[in-house]
Amino acid sequence: MRRILIMGATSAIAEASAREFAALGDALFLVGRNADRLGAIADDLRLRGAAQVDTYVMDARELAGYPQLVDEATRRLGGLDTALIAHGTLTDQPAAAASSELMLEEFRINALSHMVLCTELGNRFEAQGRGCIAVISSVAGDRGRQSNYVYGSAKAAVTAFTSGLRQRLHPKGVHVLTIKPGFVDTPMTASFKKGALWATPSAVAKSIVKAMQRGTPVLYTPWFWWGIMQIIKNVPEVIFRKLKL
Amino acid sequence: MAAAGSSWGRLPGAAQRLLPIASRHDRLPDEPAMLPFGNGRSYGDSCQNDGGVLLKARMLDRYISFDPASGVIDLEAGVLLSEIIDLALPSGWFLPVTPGTRFVTVGGAIANDVHGKNHHRAGSFGNHVLDFELLRSDGSVRRCSPTENSDWFDATIGGLGLTGLIRRARVQLKRVAGPWLIGDSRRFANLREFFAIATESEADWEYTVAWIDCSGTGRRLGRGIFIRGNHASAQAAVDARPPGNGSLRMPFTPPVSAINGLSLTAFNKLYYHRPGAVATDALWHYRPFFYPLDSIHEWNRMYGPDGFYQYQCAVPEAGAEAVLEEMLRRIGESGLGSFLLVLKTFGTVASRGLLSFPRPGATLALDFPNRGARTLALLEALDDLTRSVGGAVYPAKDARMSAAAFQHYFPRWRDFSRFVDPKFTSSFWRRVTETPNA
Repeated sequence: MRRILIMGATSAIAEASAREFAALGDALFLVGRNADRLGAIADDLRLRGAAQVDTYVMDARELAGYPQLVDEATRRLGGLDTALIAHGTLTDQPAAAASSELMLEEFRINALSHMVLCTELGNRFEAQGRGCIAVISSVAGDRGRQSNYVYGSAKAAVTAFTSGLRQRLHPKGVHVLTIKPGFVDTPMTASFKKGALWATPSAVAKSIVKAMQRGTPVLYTPWFWWGIMQIIKNVPEVIFRKLKL
Repeated sequence: MAAAGSSWGRLPGAAQRLLPIASRHDRLPDEPAMLPFGNGRSYGDSCQNDGGVLLKARMLDRYISFDPASGVIDLEAGVLLSEIIDLALPSGWFLPVTPGTRFVTVGGAIANDVHGKNHHRAGSFGNHVLDFELLRSDGSVRRCSPTENSDWFDATIGGLGLTGLIRRARVQLKRVAGPWLIGDSRRFANLREFFAIATESEADWEYTVAWIDCSGTGRRLGRGIFIRGNHASAQAAVDARPPGNGSLRMPFTPPVSAINGLSLTAFNKLYYHRPGAVATDALWHYRPFFYPLDSIHEWNRMYGPDGFYQYQCAVPEAGAEAVLEEMLRRIGESGLGSFLLVLKTFGTVASRGLLSFPRPGATLALDFPNRGARTLALLEALDDLTRSVGGAVYPAKDARMSAAAFQHYFPRWRDFSRFVDPKFTSSFWRRVTETPNA
């Protein structure tokens, strides 16, 4: 039985992952902003087999709150060995391009909060000599594009940060997994037109849980995004700057 | 993700937007023309909303509570019946009523007041719903049960999703010993024999259904196989091994319907004469017994890009044999044939819904590949026969009945329309109510 903290537990990918954990009999600590939603998800996960489900209401932007959050999760679950960090927003790019204040706010929610929580968890897991930190980044972090570079650069920070953390903690027995989903059909992307590249939260969750068990360092999900991003990353900048991506 | 928001019959599509309902605590979006959409297993346009919005109610898929002592389950309305079985069967509880697919949502089962092979005992799904919450576009929530807001309860059961969004429901499940059914199957030569076996079986058999060979003509008209079963005791099934969970998928849509006269005749003859058609003390797992087609995912693609119609009617017991025989004759002569022709008697347990379909008598269901005007003309002729004996056609299966026919089959529709949410509508509802001089 793992003791798992899930940050952003009301997101579609986090909830689908939590169902996989519940079916395996893990104990779960769910963190989100909305108490009603957290309660509904907790009831469901108990019936799906979770050994224990606790909830904790918090706004991810309150960066000073993370030490207390990790303490509380450890206390209530009687220990902590796994975390899935899944919170975030899909940035309104034109608005964030127009306002540096909004851009900073988006960085706080999509990058700084992840880095603070990773620091708190990483130090504790290092001390206990084991643990797994799985962080949802994005394929959008692989290269900045005009259509979403505020979101993309926040995710790039998460990707680089978790890469370094992985190197640091690997010899200490702590697994750090960087997850890069492509297009996922969730309420966050409800207004997008869906095509063949779109995946379900359930399929993405299954691949995440498998990667956590296997100790995979970086997961593109669905897998074909690895190929797509290799191409996008290798377009020379003199050509890339003329593209409408 | 293919064909998101389309109906099971895959008839040429409606232009509509899908909006997520991510939480049962959310309010409805501010839209003028909404319709809840569950898992898209309604065949026709009762789950379509051309020019409007479909609410993705399947996302409300959380269990709320389950009491293994009483068998009461509390659920969000987007939970599938298959997910109820997954949770409850290990503790000895099963669906009180199940249609021929387990991939429908609880909300859809209520909104269509679905029935199953035990109708003669258990009535329809709505008879087993303890209560539900109905969210209206004005933000109000009504708790509805047989004793609380019972008028709303009766309007919403079988109410085709038009009275508001069912966001949560409690259902009384049924005690069973395990996943097995025990029973027999036998051939019958004509409809008279079918009715004799059905009458004789109803007292001792919980589930009855018949399959009719629709290639039969002349003396063979109405021949078929009668299947009946009961839940098996743990003792009877002690050596039984569950079937694999494997399933097939129809991987693509063939350019023309794979269902045609030749393939049908061969299929039906093989089915009728196959060695397993007659069995006694047969032990069936619940999946092949209740859901033979669920093992082929997206079987509806077999009918090709033009899609298909399903026709399901109910006719009163008096005169049922004669009118069903006439229907079989017309279908046989038309050569527009059907893949599955299912016949079942309905019992006398009254359905609650103002628009519920089941009524005492017999019900017949069959598929027709969409061959355009010829198919529609045949279905129109079948409607005339249904009307002539005071029967009805099932809205959940329908994509073409006339407004006059609907209003004749469901005389309480005007009474029902008082409960329709002012911001809810469907392609079906507009088709059967918004006609001049209706």
